[in-house]
Amino acid sequence: MGMTITEKILAYHAGRDLVEPGELISCRVDLVLGNDITAPVAIAEFERLGLTRVFDNQRVVLVPDHFTPNKDINSAEQAKLVREFARVYSIENYFEVGRMGIEHCLLPQEGLVVPGDVVIGADSHTCTYGALGAFATGVGSTDMAAGMATGEAWFKVPETMKLVYYGELPRWVGGKDLILHTIGDIGVDGARYMAMEFTGEVVNRLSMDNRFTMANMAIEAGAKNGIFEPDEITLEYVRGRAKRDYRVFTSDPDAKYAEVWEYDVSRLEPQVAFPHSPENARPISEVGNVSIDQVVIGSCTNGRLEDLEIAASILKGKKVHREIRTIVIPGTQEIYLEALRRGLIEIFIEAGAVVSTPTCGPCLGGHMGILAKGEKAVSTTNRNFVGRMGHPESEVYLASPAVAAASAVMGRIAAPWEVVR
Amino acid sequence: MRLAGRVHKFGADVDTDAIIPARYLNTSDPKQLALHCMEDADPDFPKKVQAGDIIVADKNFGCGSSREHAPLAIKAAGVSCVIAKSFARIFYRNAVNIGLPILECPEVVDEVEEGDRLEVDLEKGTITNTTTGKTYRATPFPEFMQKIMASGGLINYVKERMKKGV
Repeated sequence: MGMTITEKILAYHAGRDLVEPGELISCRVDLVLGNDITAPVAIAEFERLGLTRVFDNQRVVLVPDHFTPNKDINSAEQAKLVREFARVYSIENYFEVGRMGIEHCLLPQEGLVVPGDVVIGADSHTCTYGALGAFATGVGSTDMAAGMATGEAWFKVPETMKLVYYGELPRWVGGKDLILHTIGDIGVDGARYMAMEFTGEVVNRLSMDNRFTMANMAIEAGAKNGIFEPDEITLEYVRGRAKRDYRVFTSDPDAKYAEVWEYDVSRLEPQVAFPHSPENARPISEVGNVSIDQVVIGSCTNGRLEDLEIAASILKGKKVHREIRTIVIPGTQEIYLEALRRGLIEIFIEAGAVVSTPTCGPCLGGHMGILAKGEKAVSTTNRNFVGRMGHPESEVYLASPAVAAASAVMGRIAAPWEVVR
Repeated sequence: MRLAGRVHKFGADVDTDAIIPARYLNTSDPKQLALHCMEDADPDFPKKVQAGDIIVADKNFGCGSSREHAPLAIKAAGVSCVIAKSFARIFYRNAVNIGLPILECPEVVDEVEEGDRLEVDLEKGTITNTTTGKTYRATPFPEFMQKIMASGGLINYVKERMKKGV
């Protein structure tokens, strides 16, 4: 019987020829990840085991990215704890402020995740790495602790939902719109416990940055992982970066899928997810007049170079609306530097936007752009739950960098073609 | 283990930001987290919750972030058990790993009222509404997860296995 790419990766790491959905298996993991919020809890749990070393000091990755550069004394204490743990246990892949980035932008960039990997991360958006053809999933701090100790994790082999996208993507429509539309269709628990396998001619033409955006939000449909089969676009990205050997897995033609969803995207419009759920997606033509106070362009969903290029192409020579605060957050130091070299940062600043050091910051209501009571933001991030970006009575509208940039100029949620012809 | 307490009822898709907003995640002290438990879903919850109380919620409880602070906050607030139609997968895993009892039982969710008293027998997997007298059966946990829970969480389970050299 055929297997899906997810089943093949799990089988390989479990030392098995075959696995089936529903089976509980123990797997070798290639990488264990934590950040400044989740790692402190994991470190406390790890220390209860009384070990003198982690399973492999090159395969534990620690990225203080959520409340850094530290926003207050408590978060500084949390970050300090992670820093000291990294020193004591000789963790090679600890990324300090100045060299860090938003974890899910940083790890692929650094070639730390490669095709065929099994990765667990104490951060729900760890599923981002599925764009590389890896099995990557979010876990809690205790699973991270057990992973650091043993180099293993247990999983229930997920059923796979196949998503097929065909047609021709219209201008200004990209990965963010595809995934928001999909979540709007299947719901925030539509893929609960499942693997989402993104396929079809549209996906095959998508850039890596767009694929990262889609895999990133698989968790927003409740999925265990999102995944793409590696192709020439993937391998071109991976070559020159990969820190380890990689292995390309693909789904068998007779692989079994629990569900198949097909989308003709030829007439898909840019999507906006209304408060307070990512499943409240609407096409831009049905948004109406929604005035806003803030625009955020960045995050592990849309803080990559292509995202910044798109935003800059709209903001170039324009001004941010006088009543709007626009915050641009490059995902990593490397992305920041490249955006600077390409003149994007100058475009943002001249337009009246502020450019921040890499941080998760406002996405989770941490810092660098918290909303007051009653305020509204258009954001390229991944969640718009109650209180996500600040006051419980504030509102977040999720959209692509193109819609976010256009909205910054117009002072209300706007389509890119209202600003750029 | 037998648990008993009053019901606090919540709707579908209660996310981890509602369970413990990120603005309080600059600490991982469970006692501090408990002061803000469920705050964005019900601002009065931290004040009115009593030891032993039970959270009953609709589908997909705990969706969103992987923060283990969510089940930690619920546990430290004194909640003895969470019963839902279904759980988001990371929350489910985290609850098992830290030893917060959770049960899936759609019927009880549909029939129970805010303030009812429930008794839960974790071994038998039964839930009794002592206000109405009706008993329900929850979906049993897979054997492997029962082992983790019997060890008192994942770390103890790993410890036992390392000692045995498995």
